[in-house]
Amino acid sequence: MNPSFSTQSLFGWGRYRLESCHVCRPEKRSEVALALASGLQSSYIARGLGRSYGDASLNENGGVIWPVRLNRFISFDTSTGELECECGTSLAEIIQYFLPRGWFLPVSPGTKFVTVGGAIAADIHGKNHHRDGTFSNFVLSLELLTPVGELLRCAPTSNSEIFWATVGGMGLTGVILSARLRLRRADSPYVFVDYYKAANLEDALMNMEASDERYDYSVAWIDAFAAGKILGRSILMRGNHAPAAELPARLWDLQSKLANNDAISTRPKWNLIADLPSGALNPLTVRAFNAAYFALHRTIAHQLVNFEKFFYPLDAINNWNRMYGKRGFVQYQIALPQASGREGLRAVLDRLARSGRGSFLAVLKRFGESGPGLLSFPLRGYTLALDIPAGRGLAPFLHELDRMTLDYGGRVYLAKDAILRPEDFAAMYPRLDDFRSIQLKLDPKRLFSSSLARRLKIVG
Amino acid sequence: MPTVLILGANAGIGRALATEFASHRYDLILAGRDHEELVILAADLGLRYKVSVRAMPVDLGNFESLEAALKECFKAGGDSLEGFVLCAGHMGNPGAAKKDLREARRILEINFTGSALALEVAANHFEQKGRGFICALSSVAGDRGRQSNYLYGAAKGGLTTYLQGLRNRLYHPGVNVITVKPGFVDTRMVFGKGKLPLVASPDKAARDIYRAVTKQRDVVYVPWFWRFIMFIIRAIPESIFKRLRM
Repeated sequence: MNPSFSTQSLFGWGRYRLESCHVCRPEKRSEVALALASGLQSSYIARGLGRSYGDASLNENGGVIWPVRLNRFISFDTSTGELECECGTSLAEIIQYFLPRGWFLPVSPGTKFVTVGGAIAADIHGKNHHRDGTFSNFVLSLELLTPVGELLRCAPTSNSEIFWATVGGMGLTGVILSARLRLRRADSPYVFVDYYKAANLEDALMNMEASDERYDYSVAWIDAFAAGKILGRSILMRGNHAPAAELPARLWDLQSKLANNDAISTRPKWNLIADLPSGALNPLTVRAFNAAYFALHRTIAHQLVNFEKFFYPLDAINNWNRMYGKRGFVQYQIALPQASGREGLRAVLDRLARSGRGSFLAVLKRFGESGPGLLSFPLRGYTLALDIPAGRGLAPFLHELDRMTLDYGGRVYLAKDAILRPEDFAAMYPRLDDFRSIQLKLDPKRLFSSSLARRLKIVG
Repeated sequence: MPTVLILGANAGIGRALATEFASHRYDLILAGRDHEELVILAADLGLRYKVSVRAMPVDLGNFESLEAALKECFKAGGDSLEGFVLCAGHMGNPGAAKKDLREARRILEINFTGSALALEVAANHFEQKGRGFICALSSVAGDRGRQSNYLYGAAKGGLTTYLQGLRNRLYHPGVNVITVKPGFVDTRMVFGKGKLPLVASPDKAARDIYRAVTKQRDVVYVPWFWRFIMFIIRAIPESIFKRLRM
């Protein structure tokens, strides 16, 4: 069966730029290799559920391999929690079928609508990074279909160079066909959460430093509009999986129902069927929202929270990205090293507050050690993520933040990025040259590329 | 647990239907040509729904081996085998078929001859058993010949007629025969063919087909509104229809 490509206009999740791409949706494993060898497109990149915010999953006028139908579970070991599955499997499916059996994702990003292939390619992190590191820490091995059509099994112990280039490699080393993951135990779908209302950045960071280690998960929502004495005021949300034995009696029923059921529904509850007007989220409404959100939360310990609400609050609304209207938005996420992080956060938040481009959703968290992935994002220190509506002057403003980030020794997350310039990117990722040389060996004919790769000159 | 044999379960509606049956606690035998793919799907459905799923090789295009291969499947299903679902189909390339009779022959053979022969084997099996169901995917394309895919349409039209006869034959032995006529479903056949209206997801199509099987329907359009669309298309007089570019 010859692969067919359909021309489609695609967005990143931020809906910042629409690009025309030629999309192939393989129904069988073997069709991926056929598509790459077809000679029909000038270059290829794999795209999963399109949750990268910028242009990482876009390939303007080039080929996009969309393996969402290669989403089959291959094997599962009930004693170790080792799951082998195809690249198009979504994290939502893993939760749906394995949480009722007492297993959970080892690392959860802010949405469960992410594929395993995408999770590895962006080497995603979650609220437990300070403890457990990135997704790749739980990838035991993966099958990579290289640009020249070779099928390689890569693991930290075999083909390790290629493994660490593929982890965080933004899909540029080939198509990840399948992976073996290690799930973690979780015997209930609940988390016990401690909320802490921090008056300012100093307060928030001090608390994180002091007690993050007591929690599996730690994250802070931060009011990016607050300035002056309350700069960085935030709500810390930190929690641990709730053991089934400690659940209150009213939930036992549900718990046993869950244990007897094969699956829990993980579908979005609401749908945004139209774009909101582009100006709906403006400084005024967002400032009001942030103030209300801050006022409504209080310091309170040991709250029982459903995992969906704790990990994926936005997944309840399908297409929530349409809130930002036609113009779309950019998510800007940076990592700052421990030593200069506090100062860096203060500077960036201060600059943001003064700009009036405050962010509706701003998230602050501590990062643990960085991993061996050559282009992996996390740095030991802090990370700050901001959703900024697109609008006039956004690019120069973010370039200014890029320079600040760089001055503090930090970097920008490629899975979110839409704006960064190649020279700043190169300065932020010191292992780029190693990545390039491995990538070139795998892809001598320059068959893999993406709009992100061309913008940042990631590959030669 | 009851078992269903699905021929052509690798992709599209067949895969979705296998998933639908598995989610309703049916054990499955998945038959098809691409064994490697079937094995992956069998493992997947077994893990998801904790049912027993086997993959067996059957090539609908190989008339010499077809009967023996299918009989192996029926034997494997044994007494618990409740039904046979035929999802195999070959849209082919109508443009290429005009120039290459081998492609034309393949379209006719897979969609009619092979399909009918497979159904004959199934009919004999279930007639003897005196219970069960046979469900086959025909197509709305079989309701009226159009210049864009009349070979496919003719073969599916033939299959529809065959299924009428089979339903009649198997009524008294107590075997239900369900003819399914899908409209546009988001499978390989439709993907990349430009923007089509009213495209249903394979999952939605599979839910409708499963319901038709359990409710012992005779002929179903999937989704249902295709019955009205095809009613109108069939009502256009031939003297006008021949002028249309469809």
